[in-house]
Amino acid sequence: MLLGTFDLHTFLFVLFALTACLFAAGVLFSSNIVRMAFHLVLSLGSSAGLFFLAGAEFVGAMQLMIYVGGTLVLLVFGVMLTAQHRFLEMRTNAGEWVLSLVVGGALLMVLLQAAFSVSQWNTPNTERSQLAVDESKAATPIGAALAGVRVDKLQQKDAHLRAGMSGYLMPFVIVSMHLLVVLVGAAYLARPRMAVRNPKGGG
Amino acid sequence: MTGLLAVITVSHYLAVGAFFFVTGVLCMATKRNALGVLMGIELVLNGANLNFIAFGSKYLRSESLGLDGQLMALFVIILAAAEAAVALAIALSFYNAHSTIDVDQGDELKG
Repeated sequence: MLLGTFDLHTFLFVLFALTACLFAAGVLFSSNIVRMAFHLVLSLGSSAGLFFLAGAEFVGAMQLMIYVGGTLVLLVFGVMLTAQHRFLEMRTNAGEWVLSLVVGGALLMVLLQAAFSVSQWNTPNTERSQLAVDESKAATPIGAALAGVRVDKLQQKDAHLRAGMSGYLMPFVIVSMHLLVVLVGAAYLARPRMAVRNPKGGG
Repeated sequence: MTGLLAVITVSHYLAVGAFFFVTGVLCMATKRNALGVLMGIELVLNGANLNFIAFGSKYLRSESLGLDGQLMALFVIILAAAEAAVALAIALSFYNAHSTIDVDQGDELKG
């Protein structure tokens, strides 16, 4: 009886949500910057598990590859470049902790209240069991949408509406250019300053 | 809600996203290390991503955002990578110029 109603999806959701939230709290409450980076890696990794559970397997894989594998490695390099002894542990005042926890707790209460108060959000999807797992292959539609074709919206009858559902080619190009410009800018910002400090060469 | 027997809905995802958002904001507010502030920003962006994925999942809602939610989440991930690169460059530049990473020391532009 209990096993009959036991839902593996729910179990895995609770598992991943608890790890994600626990390690997010670990990022907040640890004062050692290296521990914070490690907790952040685990927290974002378990939130990738939540993405997989929601059927967004491509975004989950990207989360693991770009976020955990790229961005956080960059952050860890930043930690290693600046981790002198006096910057490893920087404690916050107790008064600031109390104030921030009061404000944060109030904000969390408001957000949770809002999350569970809309009936369209907290009623389970009744068609869930009829959806085949095979339907959730999202990588090909996402690739087509980034190339400008929405293969998932072809059944839209109204031609006027269909025109508005064009793909994401333009944002994709913009974001690519943005990444290029940003990386060049970052390399320029972080360059060594030796030549600037003595422009005349006079020491 | 009966614990492990409840069916997961959008609200549960929104609750996890709200927790991420609040921890990220508190990280930004309380950390004195500039890289800790950066980690808070990553947590906030990840909370937003969780909401996008939840509203785009057709397992959780019958009329969902569909693929748009996943695509927006992808763009958020890409922009987070760009933002981390620039913020890290600024932090390293600040560290080279001032020999400290404490954001409380960075008050030269104070009006």
